[in-house]
Amino acid sequence: MYFKSAYDIREKYLRKEMLPTIFCPGCGIGSALQYTLRAIDDLGMNPDEIVWVSGIGCSSRVPGYVNFDGLHTTHGRALAFATGIKLANPDLKIIAFMGDGDTSAIGGNHFIHAIRRNLDVTVILINNFTYGMTGGQVAPTTLRGLKGTTAPYGQFENPFDIAGLAVAAGANYVARWSVFNYIQGINSIKKALQKEGFTLVEFLSPCPVSFGRRNRMKTAPELLRWYQRITVPLNKAKKMPPEELEGKVVIGEFVDRDRPGLIKAYREYIKRAKKAMGWEE
Amino acid sequence: MRYPFPTGKNDFIQGNEAIARAAILAGCRFYAGYPITPASEIFEAMALYMPLVDGVSIQMEDEIGSIAAIIGASWAGAKAMTATSGPGFSLMQENLGYAVMTETPIVVVNMMRGGPSTGQPTLPAQGDIMQSIWGTHGDHMLIVLSPSTVQEAFDFTIRAFNLAEKYRTPVVLLGDAEIAHMRERVYIPHPDDVEVINRKLPESEEEHKLPFGDPHGDGIPPMPIFGRGYRTYVTGLTHDEIGHPKTVEAEIHERLIKRIYGKILGHREDIISYEEFELEDADVAIVSTGIVSRSAIRAVKMLREKGVKAGLLKLHTVWPFDFDMIEELAERVRKIYVPEMNLGQLYHLVKEGADGKAEVELIPKIGGEVHTPMEIAEKVVG
Repeated sequence: MYFKSAYDIREKYLRKEMLPTIFCPGCGIGSALQYTLRAIDDLGMNPDEIVWVSGIGCSSRVPGYVNFDGLHTTHGRALAFATGIKLANPDLKIIAFMGDGDTSAIGGNHFIHAIRRNLDVTVILINNFTYGMTGGQVAPTTLRGLKGTTAPYGQFENPFDIAGLAVAAGANYVARWSVFNYIQGINSIKKALQKEGFTLVEFLSPCPVSFGRRNRMKTAPELLRWYQRITVPLNKAKKMPPEELEGKVVIGEFVDRDRPGLIKAYREYIKRAKKAMGWEE
Repeated sequence: MRYPFPTGKNDFIQGNEAIARAAILAGCRFYAGYPITPASEIFEAMALYMPLVDGVSIQMEDEIGSIAAIIGASWAGAKAMTATSGPGFSLMQENLGYAVMTETPIVVVNMMRGGPSTGQPTLPAQGDIMQSIWGTHGDHMLIVLSPSTVQEAFDFTIRAFNLAEKYRTPVVLLGDAEIAHMRERVYIPHPDDVEVINRKLPESEEEHKLPFGDPHGDGIPPMPIFGRGYRTYVTGLTHDEIGHPKTVEAEIHERLIKRIYGKILGHREDIISYEEFELEDADVAIVSTGIVSRSAIRAVKMLREKGVKAGLLKLHTVWPFDFDMIEELAERVRKIYVPEMNLGQLYHLVKEGADGKAEVELIPKIGGEVHTPMEIAEKVVG
């Protein structure tokens, strides 16, 4: 299934007139996009029933390149817009393509509340540890000591663990991989797309131009090798003491559960309302 | 269709309640909000009614989320509304601009209270007139309606939805704490008697391909709806007729923004609404909008009793503004008075319209009380 040519995937799902993309050489967004499209293709989903939603940033340009309905919104707000789309037409499947700054800084509140509601949405999170589009400023995900134009001497704040945040806020499915983890990534997206409620697949994704070159990793291969060094599989991490996990990023499937999604909860609520009014038994 | 409130009869209700009922009769089936005084009762009424009409009422995490959700709902095909007051309206400005740029029909109710900042939460004001017109960044155009009675709050809410759908634009309903909380008799029409306008969907191939074009020369492209095979890409970036981002081409930006201006300004006659009282032979005119118009009507009556030939122009639309009408009025009268509950906002529009043809004097009042008729009349008498 995974061996379908990338050209076939491109032919089938991309808006050719929009190419080439704005993405820089070595960017990982194309990989995560390809995994998402392969997951959709493998599952035989109908593109007319899928809406892609995004905020602002490099990854947020993705809905423009795919031949689906798409809403490219304001910075950080994608999931609030998605809440409206999904509740107004529950038959639509929503995929939100988001960046780490978009998700956890300006959109942090929308993010945790979308998860708390268990909004039926699949978030593909591109985590490149930086604000790539605006030229490499530090993000809430930037690991301590790493450099960005707004912390040129190295990040002095603590980073957010977005996947961990999603688990704590109550998401139904959360996984994190680097774009290097091809098979796991596609499988996770497939799982996420088939579940109700909030699902998140985070990808560590190289940004050599804005992030790597400020941190002695000028090319995508160097960044991928760095991911190999800093990532720790979840089952291994569980056996490691916290001090050894300092500066590491745990990858794997963090949660897979079946709490009722927002749509199901709202349908029940409508029934409750009509019953309370004596309109229905 | 069963409605959760009586129709085809009079009722005695708050302005906020009237707005909620009107929205439902206009076809609104999606409400997203965040609690705020003095607009919360709109949300509370929607929370009560929406599930009963198979609609959605959801409490968002903030006002940014509320307006975002209703824009999303609108693209999914629902008529959608949110309501707020000053502090929330400030937060909504970001996505109000997004709705302008993406030509999304939504209704945003702003029940004005004293400001700036948290100001006077429970008291009426008209300090957001300019914000409702120019609050979001960039060149933009939208419609602002301003009721002065609970009945008008009801009627203008229906009109707000119809204008939003007809012109594919956000519409702001600009009330205040007084109209929000005041109870008055309102006629709630039977649903069959409510004129409801629905957005046009793309039908021809050209309409289908160009959701941001101008297939009919009126500046209003039919609006695709998500999930119906249109495969529309919607962006707040400057875009061409197809919807593709074109962020550096000057002519595309100019064409898009001028069309958005034109579709509203080119239909001013249809959009602009006002009422005249005793203006035919007037020597002095009062121009007002919203709650102040009630005192202004009474002031005109008092002045007429004293033999002063006063008249009133009561504006129902704050934006677009009929500068020509004001100029024509200025040519007929000696002086124009503008009573408003701020330190001068509508006044500047009137002054620009009068263009020096008549003197224009502001009658400002802030602090949370509506002008009394006497306060206005005394100013006019001098």
